[in-house]
Amino acid sequence: MSTVVLLLFTGLGLGALYFLVAAGLSLIYGLMGVLNFAHGAFLTLGAFAGWEVARRTGSDNWGIFLLSLLVGAAAGAAFAAFTEFVLIRRLYQRHIEQLLITLGLSLAAVALFDGIWGTDPVFIQGPAWFKDTTEILGARIPNDRFVCIIAAVLVLLAMVFFLKNTRYGMIIRAGVENRSMVTALGIDVRKAFTLVFTIGGAAAGLGGVLASHYFGYVSPMLGGSLLIFAFIVTVIGGLGSLTGAAIASVAVAVLQQFANFYLGGTGDFVVVLALALVLLFRPSGLLGRTS
Amino acid sequence: MTAAAETRPILRIEGLSAHIAGQQVVEDVSFTVPATGITALLGRNGVGKTSTIKAIIGLIDRTGAVELDGVRIEKDPTFKIIRSGVGYVPEDREVFSKLTVAENLRLAERDDAPRRQLVEDLFPDLLARSAQMAGTLSGGQQQMVSLARALLNTNKILLVDEPTKGLAPKIVAEVAETLAEAAKTVPILLVEQNLHVVRQLAEGSVVLSGGRVVHTGSALGFLDDAELTQRLLGVAAEAPAPEIRENTGKFPVTTEAAPAGKGAAL
Repeated sequence: MSTVVLLLFTGLGLGALYFLVAAGLSLIYGLMGVLNFAHGAFLTLGAFAGWEVARRTGSDNWGIFLLSLLVGAAAGAAFAAFTEFVLIRRLYQRHIEQLLITLGLSLAAVALFDGIWGTDPVFIQGPAWFKDTTEILGARIPNDRFVCIIAAVLVLLAMVFFLKNTRYGMIIRAGVENRSMVTALGIDVRKAFTLVFTIGGAAAGLGGVLASHYFGYVSPMLGGSLLIFAFIVTVIGGLGSLTGAAIASVAVAVLQQFANFYLGGTGDFVVVLALALVLLFRPSGLLGRTS
Repeated sequence: MTAAAETRPILRIEGLSAHIAGQQVVEDVSFTVPATGITALLGRNGVGKTSTIKAIIGLIDRTGAVELDGVRIEKDPTFKIIRSGVGYVPEDREVFSKLTVAENLRLAERDDAPRRQLVEDLFPDLLARSAQMAGTLSGGQQQMVSLARALLNTNKILLVDEPTKGLAPKIVAEVAETLAEAAKTVPILLVEQNLHVVRQLAEGSVVLSGGRVVHTGSALGFLDDAELTQRLLGVAAEAPAPEIRENTGKFPVTTEAAPAGKGAAL
């Protein structure tokens, strides 16, 4: 029983990280049709920015941790806004070029991070409480899992509130459904594009800081390794669906953990199998639009 | 308004050509829309009527000149063209199905003082259904939302694309009434397959064939010429007219009713 509980919470923690990356990916694709391979770079930059905060202050208390979350989110948001405004904006409706640009940017960003921070992982310390465990039903759960889960839930609630209760949220929801009709109502949808990129980048940057504590290190490849699973989550959840991304994040991560433990380390294979089944039998994903 | 402004067409199209996926769908189209009344844009299925409307507001790639109230707009992006005073009612309604009726309408508000009262007076049923998801409305109710979105703002022209398509005869009559009411204050370029609605509403006509303008003139004059109508539209304009109720200035849409959601202010 304790193993199941431990796997469940580890899966939930990992699912929280997947969600923080997939939320932005899903909204960006849903609204703009942009398959953003650079999204992992937003996460990595956020992780390094958070690490720099901890390193430069030489402190690992809660205040510094919260500051690193803010700085990581801001770094991810700024990088994403720059990407949309400078690189993507001129290429709307040119999907191949967009894909090539974001793919190239992801490779260039890793090279840049290598140049600045080196190719080796840098290890990170968080508040002492992170190193402790909390016992639930006999399982000793690492505390950093709870932080990831709580942060992801708060981000999900904030995004849902934004989408449901603000004019720009309404524009984004409408744009995901029918972008050309939004412009045909006299709305400059490009502002929504920049906003969605920025929000997605902020969530990824936040996820980067949390991922660095979850795994205990930051490396230039951190974003790329999570991005693959975030893409899978985005497709399974349904492109453009925030709730779908949340459900799929948890499902994929928990499935991955259980398969790794009970099926001889086949977690990644089982996840890809799940993706194939969804594509075969429900191509629009769990909660995606059908077209 | 000066006499010159009154006689000047509200919309002038000159040499408009448009492509979709590399295929030419509109070819060197030129016509004008007067500043009053309803002008029907007619033609057989697939001749480029919807493409012409979309090309005017830049929803598809096009070349040529588009002049709205004396100002060239063809270089502007779609949202600017709309903001310069164009109301667009698309074919197939295109309401946002996952937004409520109230959200669909709020999204369309672009004026400082949107005409909410006018919309509530014209479409009282929408008030009762304001909290309902637009995707759960009947076709007629979705058409209400689509028309209401255009009428919320003060426009120089309305581009209305097949507003009666797929609707029951009673709803067709109600849509026609609403358009007649709207045309008292704003000129309309109307794409419409129902020739009785055209006969009832339109003063002028522009007929397309093969992506080109092949006839312009009085709508009644065109429809009364059976041979010309048959040749250019492939149909005769002789079917029974839809029942037109006395104009109440309201659009209740009582048929095909889906359950009303909890009422809320628009």
